[in-house]
Amino acid sequence: MSSAFDNAYSILKNSLDAPSAAYFASCVNCGLCAEACLFYTETGDVKNTPIYKVEPLRRVWEQEHTTLGRLGKLLHLAQRITDQDLADWAPLAYDTCTLCSRCAMVCPTGVDPSYLIRKFREGLVAAGHAPEDLVKASENAITAGSPGAVQWSEVAAKLKEIEQQYNYSVPVDKEGANFLVLLSSWEILNFPAYLGSLGRILNASRYTWTLSSHVFDGTNAGAHLGHPDIARQLVQRIVDVAEGLKVECVITPECGHAYTALRWDGPNLIGRGYHFDVKHVLEVLDGMRRSGRIRLKGTLPQRLTYHDPCQLSRRGGLQEQPRNLLRYLAPEFREMDDYGTANWCCGGGGGVFANSRADEVRIKVFDKKRRQIEHTGVNTVVTACANCRMVMQEAFQHYGMNVNLQDITEIVAQHLVEPSPDEGGGERRRR
Amino acid sequence: MDTTELLYWARNTGPNLALTLLVLGVLLRLFEIFKLGRRPDFARRRPKSAGNGWKTVFTRTFAASGPLTESPLVYLSSYTFHICLLFISIFHIPLIGFLRILSPYIGTEYSPHVINAFTGVSLLALLILLLARITHKVRRFLSTTGDYLAWLLCFLPILTGLFTYNSLGLSADAALAYHLLSVELLLALLPFTPLFHAISWLIARWYTGDFYGRRGVPS
Repeated sequence: MSSAFDNAYSILKNSLDAPSAAYFASCVNCGLCAEACLFYTETGDVKNTPIYKVEPLRRVWEQEHTTLGRLGKLLHLAQRITDQDLADWAPLAYDTCTLCSRCAMVCPTGVDPSYLIRKFREGLVAAGHAPEDLVKASENAITAGSPGAVQWSEVAAKLKEIEQQYNYSVPVDKEGANFLVLLSSWEILNFPAYLGSLGRILNASRYTWTLSSHVFDGTNAGAHLGHPDIARQLVQRIVDVAEGLKVECVITPECGHAYTALRWDGPNLIGRGYHFDVKHVLEVLDGMRRSGRIRLKGTLPQRLTYHDPCQLSRRGGLQEQPRNLLRYLAPEFREMDDYGTANWCCGGGGGVFANSRADEVRIKVFDKKRRQIEHTGVNTVVTACANCRMVMQEAFQHYGMNVNLQDITEIVAQHLVEPSPDEGGGERRRR
Repeated sequence: MDTTELLYWARNTGPNLALTLLVLGVLLRLFEIFKLGRRPDFARRRPKSAGNGWKTVFTRTFAASGPLTESPLVYLSSYTFHICLLFISIFHIPLIGFLRILSPYIGTEYSPHVINAFTGVSLLALLILLLARITHKVRRFLSTTGDYLAWLLCFLPILTGLFTYNSLGLSADAALAYHLLSVELLLALLPFTPLFHAISWLIARWYTGDFYGRRGVPS
């Protein structure tokens, strides 16, 4: 056995906790989780059954943490896992699982396979079986500050464009602001209108805000990869900057996994709570509208639906906020058949979109979302995750779908009532 | 060992052995789970998220609409089997006998038709579940020897109970001996087969409910 494998085995063994053991002990192989996974429903491949994706981890649990399993191992009756097993299972854990957790919502005994897959990924990366693209993205995040290797100089150039277009100054490294705004590489490169819109809204709300030149990308490639050390470093950078700038709240990018990584995983990665709040922009926008900090006018005439990013709705608890905003702004808003905690993933979460090895299967499984969207009869889909947006944009093109894709922050900004000069208005640009 | 000796063993040594294995086995399995512990969660939980573990223990009893429509046979057979098993267990004659020692007010008059109906439906539900396991490609692919053993351990006591209750086939003593032995086998092996889910489901559901509840997600 190689030392990498020994290390991976040790990581797998030590990653198992009481919930993992309860899950493995409770699984009766009923296979109901398969019907909840779009990688099974769309491919029909039994290997894509969520609980099967962690079979090597189950064997580690059985042979290391149960008396009968240990006895079996001692008597050479147990089937030990090998490095080849990990290599064989890696595509199941990385390419055909978006960590969407839909499987966790349906198991009659309460098993959460996605909880186990996150642990399994930790062993796979230690064994050297993680997808190269994710490894590269993590390296970029550590060395360049962004998984896409976007540098601050590129961000600064985009900020100049935004300042020109939106007619305000973007505050950078401002101490004591209400909000520290984080972005994602996708937003910086492909959707600069997001920051332009968010800045307008924050200025109108009379809250102060800032960007940081030290930490601008809020995504966490280490969390995707299953590398706790990298994930911890990336979280710690944000925490250091946010606490150094003494901001009240960090607004995570419109990216589901960035929210999960910082809001829910981050404190556990660094071993303490934060001295600031973490909110997704959906929470901020809905909160400001309800408290009267911002006012909105007009409505969207078209029929539209909302795609729930899994990490926001099913793993983040943000189901009501986007709906509050859309019901206010879009009288023709309608839900898909399965939505909220029952929503179907776009197929590109959990690092799948960043993993080129999974391109083909990702496009294939999007057929589920295509059918859902077409069933609603809308021609506009709204979402709140740049990653979902990229996945859907590509898939719409592939399937020849004539559907517009809109971002919720931009929609809010389009309906924003600009405050009068008497009301004040944040950072106006001096000309 | 003749039938009388077998029945004597099944009535005396058997239950003691089975119950000892059951209790020690369950304690061991619970220890194996809880000794692994769980790291503290430093993330600030959503308000009103306390109690979600218990909530999910209860709510997960009801099938989500999606899976229910996708696998109705599995759900209906599972519900039927579990409800019938509960009924049969409550009205299990040796158990009634034991309870009557504790309280003479516990009645013994039950309609044989009701008992037989529940037993028959249980057996039918179990057969459907077996068929569903064998014929569905995912379940067939996932199933292990342990799953089939668990099925057999459930099936045998009900089948032998039906034979004993209605005095079918074997002599009364032999039928009763086999019935008691099958029940004892079920109890003794419960902690060491997938049947342990009869206990661990509560823990698994609680953990999932708590994990998602902290995030404000109803699960």
